[in-house]
Amino acid sequence: MYRYFVSRLLMIIPTLFGVAVLTFVLLRLIPGDIVMLRYGTGALVSEDVLQAERARYGLDKPIYEQFISWLWGLVRGDLGVSMWTGKPVAYEVAIRLELTLQLAIMATLIAVALAIPLGTLAAVKQNTWVDYAVRVFSIAGLAMPSFWLGILMILFLLIFFRWSPPVVFTPLWQNPLANLTQLIWPALAVGYRYSAVSTRMMRSALLEVLREDYIRTARAKGLVEYLVIIRHGIRNALLPVVTVIGLEFAFLIGGLVVTEQVFNLNGLGKLIVDAISRRDYTMTQALIMLSAGVFVIVNFLLDICYMWLDPRIRYQ
Amino acid sequence: MLKRVVFLVLAALFLASCAPAAPSTPGQPSPAAQQPRYGGELVFAVDAEPPSLDAHRETTFAVIIPLAPFYSTLLKFDQYNYPKVVGDLAESWTVSSDGLVYEFKLRDGVKFHDGTPLTSRDVVATYNKIIFPPQGVISARKALYSAVESIEAPDSRTVRFRLKHPSASMLANFASGWNWIYKADIIEKDPRWYEKNVLGTGAFKFVEYVPGSHVVGKKNEDYFIKGRPYLDGFRAVFMTDRSAMVAALRSGQILINFRSVTPQERDDLVRALGNQVVVEESPWVCSQIVVLNNEKKPFDNPKVRQALTLAIDRWNGGQYLSQFTFLKYVGALMRPGSPFAMPESELEKIPGFWRDINKSREEAKRLLREAGVPEGFSFTLKNRNIEPYPSLGVFIIDQWRQVGLQVEHQLLETGPWTQDLRTGNFEAMLYFNCDFMDDPDLQLLGFLSPERSPVNYARYRDPVLDSLYDQQSRELDPEKRKQLVWQFERRAVGEMAYQLPALWWNRIVVRWAKVQGWRITPSHYINQDLVDVWLAQ
Repeated sequence: MYRYFVSRLLMIIPTLFGVAVLTFVLLRLIPGDIVMLRYGTGALVSEDVLQAERARYGLDKPIYEQFISWLWGLVRGDLGVSMWTGKPVAYEVAIRLELTLQLAIMATLIAVALAIPLGTLAAVKQNTWVDYAVRVFSIAGLAMPSFWLGILMILFLLIFFRWSPPVVFTPLWQNPLANLTQLIWPALAVGYRYSAVSTRMMRSALLEVLREDYIRTARAKGLVEYLVIIRHGIRNALLPVVTVIGLEFAFLIGGLVVTEQVFNLNGLGKLIVDAISRRDYTMTQALIMLSAGVFVIVNFLLDICYMWLDPRIRYQ
Repeated sequence: MLKRVVFLVLAALFLASCAPAAPSTPGQPSPAAQQPRYGGELVFAVDAEPPSLDAHRETTFAVIIPLAPFYSTLLKFDQYNYPKVVGDLAESWTVSSDGLVYEFKLRDGVKFHDGTPLTSRDVVATYNKIIFPPQGVISARKALYSAVESIEAPDSRTVRFRLKHPSASMLANFASGWNWIYKADIIEKDPRWYEKNVLGTGAFKFVEYVPGSHVVGKKNEDYFIKGRPYLDGFRAVFMTDRSAMVAALRSGQILINFRSVTPQERDDLVRALGNQVVVEESPWVCSQIVVLNNEKKPFDNPKVRQALTLAIDRWNGGQYLSQFTFLKYVGALMRPGSPFAMPESELEKIPGFWRDINKSREEAKRLLREAGVPEGFSFTLKNRNIEPYPSLGVFIIDQWRQVGLQVEHQLLETGPWTQDLRTGNFEAMLYFNCDFMDDPDLQLLGFLSPERSPVNYARYRDPVLDSLYDQQSRELDPEKRKQLVWQFERRAVGEMAYQLPALWWNRIVVRWAKVQGWRITPSHYINQDLVDVWLAQ
């Protein structure tokens, strides 16, 4: 078990290094840089002034020097300074992290609250109207992009209540009501889509488990059906569902670009897209590393979870 | 049952969105809203985010609109009488008879938000930063003040500018909305301080700036105009998504978007809100231009360039495109209807602006034949991938197709588009021009030889145009200046057709009727200090 734990932990290092190299190189392959974008048109400044500005950002240095300097900062925990705003990247991330995390957690809770009971119900009532209804509900969730559902929600609120969610974020601890009136809508829109994937996974996993010998044994020894489902069925079916939930959660940290735009949320997803379009190299690199870091950590935690859910992994 | 509920909800959504438009009352304040009222917070949307907080170095409205209320300028444009210039920090001013000395008397008792008094030293330091920036400090509009030789502060309330030669646009340039007056002590110590901090003498004091979210200001109780501002404060919310912005405007979460909305957005808002909103429209000091690379064949041939401009039916194009884009007005290099613009009767004489499009196209075909350009000749129009560029690009390509040209439309993201524009990696490209005022010194700058203008992307040299520009710039008689400007225009876009003006923009501002004391101007870079704005309820 200890070796399993350490091997998973060590795999994080080459993964993150690979992401760092790829991000750094790919970003510089995109035509145009921040100076060109900021002063390329409109500003009555000469090429010399633009070159001086490039030098100020360190863009005149050889690419390997830029990479080493950035990597060294990263190792020391210094994410650098945003080229666009001139503020530390850590500060820019910090002011958006609360909203992003809260939205991700709310969406995950909604997804889990829908997926596990609905998936279980559909599996237990296979091929009945309940199963069909759950499948329609989840296919609709898969088919509808969450941003589109978000737009529908806003239109519905506007037309019937002449109201739309607040456009400025209020922290939960400052005013819970204002916070929830803003975030519940995107959380529902994202959570519904997220639940659709998990519901289908839960249903198919449980169906498979319910056909196992140990389930038949449990039933044969006279265990009541709900205990068979909960104790022996759901727990064994959760393995793939937990994987999906974990990966989706990691995706939500930085992956909700369009939903954030539709609801005017100042989150990390929007920040990543803005940083790329502005050629803000330091910000983009830091955010992609952060996003990759979240994926890697979530994966690591999932591996730990597997050990708890499936004792066989522990003993291998 | 479920089907019925779903059907009813969808039907209701559809019907509500198709409801007939209630008439709007542009420019008509409600009867109860005549007397200015104190109090309230104005919440408005800003379509983009500021790269830094220093207006001297930036070029985007995203700096001006949320931050101008914190600052004052020397002069400003009168919102009720544009382009008339009135004093802001300057109480009075004089211009010497030879046009070489401008002297400003500052208001007494003006204080920065930290309580320190404003003196002429602050104005001198500010303008030194703009006109003679220290090494490593960018000043985006330094070129407009090339006539200034020196700036002096004879006493604590007087500022004197000495010019090398007369400049007809100088007074208007002092009213630029970009030239916020900074504190001398600060910029002398750190000329980059204002990139991340705010300290001015404006009607509102800075409260907070949350990047990506909003800027908040509160009333400056010590503002130098007694009884102003009316508002308790303002909140500028960054909203880059159009649908989110329109939804927030529709629900009253925001009360105005000062830059503009599109024609469809205007119609949607008026349909939904009726008399609760007021629509104001104005020709905008912004235009689209087709830049032809004069260094590449066959665009180095004036006949080819003339043919390209002759092929475009601007008059019908404006009518058509104005239904769904900002593009509307037909004009040469000066905004239609502005003080130096040609009247239509003169404009119609310039090739490319003729009313008879069939005659134009015949002439275009003849010129192409003469230039040896074969039928079906193909080239690429590079274009930016945000509206109104693609719509205009499609329109222009269709116009060129009608004279036998095959043009490929290549849409680019802003980064590559800018890079290709600056490096000359294009044959034809759609570009835009947007300024804070109509003065020819500003509007014609992009048409000078590259040594004189960093924004001549068409890459040609024309000493005649350079000379005409200098003559008009130094001509203090408006009538004589106008004739020189027209001469410039006839050569630049008619005779030589170096670059092809396409269409001028139409600015559309929809505001809740309770927002009072603000009037639309032809530029979104001015009139943003919110000094006179008040809320009716």
